[in-house]
Amino acid sequence: MQKIKCAIIGPGNIGTDLIYKLKRSPVLDPVWMVGIDPTSEGLKRAQEMGLKTTDQGVDGLLPHVRADGVQIAFDATSAYVHKSNSDKLNALGVLMVDLTPAAIGGLCVPPVNLETHAKAQAMNVNMISCAGQATIPMVNAVSRIQPVGYAEIIATVSSKSIGPGTRANLDEFTYTTSSAVCAVGGSRTGKALVIINPADPPMIMRNTIYCLTDDEPDQDRIRESVMAMVKEVQKYVPGYRLVNGPVFDGKRVACFMEVAGLGDFLPTYAGNLDIMTAAAARTAEMFATEILAGRYQLTAVKEAA
Amino acid sequence: MSELKNLKGRKVLIHDMALRDGMHAKREQISTAQMIEIATRLDDAGVPLIQVSHGAGLGGNSLQHGFAMHSNEEYWDAVVPNIKQARISCLLIPGLGTMKELQSAYDHGVRSVHVATHCTEADTSPQHIAYARKLGMDATGFLMMAHLNDAKGLAEQGKLMETYGAQTIYITDSAGYMLPNDVIERVRALREALKPETEIGFHGHHNLGMGIANSIAAIEEGASRIDASVGGLGAGAGNTPLEVFIAVCDRMGIETGCDLFKLMDLTQDVIFPMMDHIVRVDRSSLTLGFVGVYSTFLLHADRAGKKYGIPSRDILVELGRKKMIGGQEDMIEDAAITMARERGILPQAA
Repeated sequence: MQKIKCAIIGPGNIGTDLIYKLKRSPVLDPVWMVGIDPTSEGLKRAQEMGLKTTDQGVDGLLPHVRADGVQIAFDATSAYVHKSNSDKLNALGVLMVDLTPAAIGGLCVPPVNLETHAKAQAMNVNMISCAGQATIPMVNAVSRIQPVGYAEIIATVSSKSIGPGTRANLDEFTYTTSSAVCAVGGSRTGKALVIINPADPPMIMRNTIYCLTDDEPDQDRIRESVMAMVKEVQKYVPGYRLVNGPVFDGKRVACFMEVAGLGDFLPTYAGNLDIMTAAAARTAEMFATEILAGRYQLTAVKEAA
Repeated sequence: MSELKNLKGRKVLIHDMALRDGMHAKREQISTAQMIEIATRLDDAGVPLIQVSHGAGLGGNSLQHGFAMHSNEEYWDAVVPNIKQARISCLLIPGLGTMKELQSAYDHGVRSVHVATHCTEADTSPQHIAYARKLGMDATGFLMMAHLNDAKGLAEQGKLMETYGAQTIYITDSAGYMLPNDVIERVRALREALKPETEIGFHGHHNLGMGIANSIAAIEEGASRIDASVGGLGAGAGNTPLEVFIAVCDRMGIETGCDLFKLMDLTQDVIFPMMDHIVRVDRSSLTLGFVGVYSTFLLHADRAGKKYGIPSRDILVELGRKKMIGGQEDMIEDAAITMARERGILPQAA
């Protein structure tokens, strides 16, 4: 079967884990890894896994895009350089899946709104953050039953699974996740908290989702909706699990989750890595299927002046 | 232990925590009128720095940390115009508070900030420390749960915060777990690692009754800033009780510029009567200090314990075993539910 060729920008934890996910895909084929540091471990790893590499940033990839037939790129760098990466690749008709908190494209949580983005033929979709991917499905599971005035999510991740980019730019992570809790999760207001726990052995990713419903929560329907949503997410992240809840306390609905990863690049505790890369891969697969079926024509986007 | 050094003439900058850490002990329910009375009396007693905000600092108003009676901005607007000599400070924990909120704090008259991270995660604070300095604020790197990093590791973390622009590095004994020797070796390591002009601070909790002794030990090794709380109003068994600490400093000749009798009166007239529970070493707070759990977990564990029929001490010990850190208050109810299942109080999960 024909596959859509992909490039990954950023050979860190996320970028490396993506290689594993894409290599397993029936419709995606990772062919390029882009970095900026010639001594980077990540570029070496990518090379060993059979990808072409450049240490010249996106500019080092551009001359090869047409020849190598790259149609989808994943950006796993930082919010600050994403816009420039995206403009350059969009100009060559490459669809951008953004794993930084830049959020210049539509915010995408696969079980909630992936089909909408695919139908809209977007050229840039944003994956929000690992915390967003892990929690927004649950906010949506409540808000699709009854109005949620406020949602709050707390994501706790192991220290070893959080790279230097996220650490140095924690506010962008917080802002992007909070706004997506509302925009995609469907609550009117929202807040995101992130905690980095250094326990050794590393703790598995934990997430708590609180929703405040306007009226008394319809417990049976919410419970049913939450369970259905957990199953949806498990289709691409099998280790997504409801540990406790939903717990009802007045109008507060609480779900206590954990996310175990597949253990591709980092061990299974780093479910935050998996839920991000698996969501990005699933998103790209949906687009790739559309492209292969001839329903989606990638178009070059003129660079903004 | 060797004989105490002569500390006569040493100058120490006092930072009161009652209107921030004390918010935890009051479930975030302190009125603006109470804030004004306490802050003005601290100001009148010569306390140079007064922290005012939600217990969890900027961005703290949440289901996770409780909603305060007022917004931080309302508290600052109430307090700042009534202060004559003191500076008002706040707490910022990256991942919870953001630079937007720091800007707002500055706009409302806050001039000093504790930028707080867990003791191994200093590299989540560069944006916030740099932003505080850009605003011209007094910026502190505040290494929480400091007992969970050894002296060498803590010094490395402090050094990182210094490179981001922090003017003071705090050893923060959030669990009230440390003993004087733990404090001494950490201050010593920081003093060796940091530039001479970078100050060292100590923030204690009184869960093992060591708040005063640990603070004195820190000063002996070169710390020049001490956090304390008038009447000991703070999380767990409270912070180092300010008036007791000042009395000890007066006896030792350590110069704080604070008026002991005014602080005693404030404690007796205002702080003690406003306590919802007696903030002291009791079964739960002693457990915090003994196992090394974040002091703020105290009331959350008591609440979850009552709701699910599990002794709060059992919950706190379990949280310690699971190595939960500050900010993970959601895991208290989660742990209580799981324990209730294991003990047959709740049915097993489907």
